[in-house]
Amino acid sequence: MLEVKQLAASVNGNAILKGIDLQVNEGEVHAIMGPNGSGKSTLAQVLAGHEAYEVDPSSRVNFLGADLLELPAEERARAGLFLAFQYPVEIPGVTNAHFLRAAMNEIRVSRGMEELDAMDFEDLLREKMELINIDPGFAKRFVNFGFSGGEKKRNEILQLAVMEPRLAILDETDSGLDIDALRIVSDGVNKLRTPTRAFILVTHYQRLLSYIVPDFVHVLYKGRIVKSGGKDLALELEERGYDWLKEDAAELVEA
Amino acid sequence: MSAESTTTLQDDQHKARYLADLARVAPNSAPAWLRQMRAEALTQFRGAALPHTRIEEWRQTNIAPIIETPYESVLEPAPHGLRRADIAPLLYNEEGWTELVFVDGHFDEALSSRGPLPEGAHAGGLREAWHGAEAKIIRPHLGKYLQERNAYTALNSAFLLDGAFVHLPKNAAPGKPVHLLFLMSRHDHPAAAHPRSLIVLEPGSEAQVLVTFAAMDGGADYLNNAVEEIVLGNNARLTYVRVVEEQVQGHLLATTEVHQGRDSRMYSFAATLSGQIVRNQICVELAEENGESVVDGLYLNDGKRLVDNMLSVHHSQPQGTSRISCRGILDGESKSVFLGKVCVHPNAQKTDSRQLNKNLLLSDHASVETKPQLEIYADDVKCTHGATVGAPPQEVLFYFRSRGISEEAARGMLTCGFAGEVIEEIPIEAVRARLHRYVFEKYAPAKVR
Repeated sequence: MLEVKQLAASVNGNAILKGIDLQVNEGEVHAIMGPNGSGKSTLAQVLAGHEAYEVDPSSRVNFLGADLLELPAEERARAGLFLAFQYPVEIPGVTNAHFLRAAMNEIRVSRGMEELDAMDFEDLLREKMELINIDPGFAKRFVNFGFSGGEKKRNEILQLAVMEPRLAILDETDSGLDIDALRIVSDGVNKLRTPTRAFILVTHYQRLLSYIVPDFVHVLYKGRIVKSGGKDLALELEERGYDWLKEDAAELVEA
Repeated sequence: MSAESTTTLQDDQHKARYLADLARVAPNSAPAWLRQMRAEALTQFRGAALPHTRIEEWRQTNIAPIIETPYESVLEPAPHGLRRADIAPLLYNEEGWTELVFVDGHFDEALSSRGPLPEGAHAGGLREAWHGAEAKIIRPHLGKYLQERNAYTALNSAFLLDGAFVHLPKNAAPGKPVHLLFLMSRHDHPAAAHPRSLIVLEPGSEAQVLVTFAAMDGGADYLNNAVEEIVLGNNARLTYVRVVEEQVQGHLLATTEVHQGRDSRMYSFAATLSGQIVRNQICVELAEENGESVVDGLYLNDGKRLVDNMLSVHHSQPQGTSRISCRGILDGESKSVFLGKVCVHPNAQKTDSRQLNKNLLLSDHASVETKPQLEIYADDVKCTHGATVGAPPQEVLFYFRSRGISEEAARGMLTCGFAGEVIEEIPIEAVRARLHRYVFEKYAPAKVR
């Protein structure tokens, strides 16, 4: 569903991604790990269409048959790509319910479906909130406004549940969460796993991967994927840290 | 009067039309004490400079289009042919409300409707009231609080033909709002009205007053030159909402003076939705201990319009609380002015005051001059003031877009949200609903309605 070939991107002339290859199929969960500053969040943002990054013209990203890099951010979302932000922004004055209904209806219209009216949407939202165990009071609160770190992350998962994307990228969703919040968020994600929906989990720690078990683990270092493996790779990283990979990578770069 | 207020030859030419109209005011239209007031105001008007941009308070507010237009002042209620159905969109038609309609400054009984009021309470035309038993209530208050005198407020007092009078006796609480609709009818030549309102809340009483400034569409330029005086007795409570819905060819100069007694509380909200040049001047004096005043506002500015909010609170006695919070949405080539002033007098210890003006910039060609000011002459006080001007941040727009919402729709939602937050504070549901709807229809993109 997602095919990334030689993805390179820079910001203000500084190369951050230096040729990423990645293939994600339906139903798979991929974890992207790596030390700080390796380009993990940049990868997530570039895939979502953030315009602060300059993508090298030779890069290729195919998403469900479309040339992803050609699409503006809103069309990527309508095509079924979702990014759960590391730092979700606060939007005072706009309620969650209003925001989500607008988002959902944009997506429905782009797929030739009828818009949901406020009543039908309310039912759907309530159902999704129950599914991922979120306080119904969230609906009337302004988007992320005055939310705790944990609440913001849960709100991202609620958005994921409502928008039903084909591919969800979770950027450091575990950061800043205590163990209870981490469990709630992970349970939510696990409930949203389906045979046709894929996930990319961007994370620094193995911790999240005990709750959401990945099919593949990739290690990103200095803008390249330096190692890929199964879920055991995450455990190995937890045990040994990133340093041994950095040495390997140095050899790799020198060779 | 300010030091710069020397009158000029040009001023004299611009005043000529008003002076001619003032000479036509029938001398027997008011009791002697009021004619005396008019005469004093006339002297002031003759001597006062018309506002110009070299006067500090008008530095950013150029009202030359108003000054240079020879408006004919409407001295008598003229046959306007309006029926209630014609003005229905401007009325609320809520159960139990008293809705008083003033056409060109004159009270119109036939267009008005009255809900139940507590015994001894009064809401009606000022002119009919000063001819009746209410004169003894009006006389000690009328003209007593008008501190911010300029040529136009003096002009209002010099005409003083009619307007609204609302009086609540001790501890009265009608429970339903009184709506005062000041409406300009359609004129084929430039016309001016000078409505005057007096609202007196005796100790312990509680009222909700809603004021709309509006006009019938079409016709010539007009000027609504309004003055309101509001008195809150000890422990009185007032919710006051002003909605400015003037026409594109209409100008409003509205000055409101508020005098608050001990333990009194006032919430005010001035919403400027339309009108070519609009100046909302609201001046509150917390004249006794422990008064509380909220002065909120919202201005929607676009085109080549000029909207000025001059909001001030004087803390004269200890333990007063004031909150000035005003938001603007700036589009087109519009110009907005916010002058906030909180003055804490030497005696006013333990004053708690906050002042904030936030502006959402939707166009690179719109501008705002914002000047929140503090003057503090007491030492044990807590005062803050601030102002912001900005467009929606790119990070916020990206968040919307990452959820499939176009940038245009995002801007619309953000704008509605920005206005909606202050509208939500208004304690009258029907007014909230009306303002939300107005903002929504103006800014929300069709798709998210």
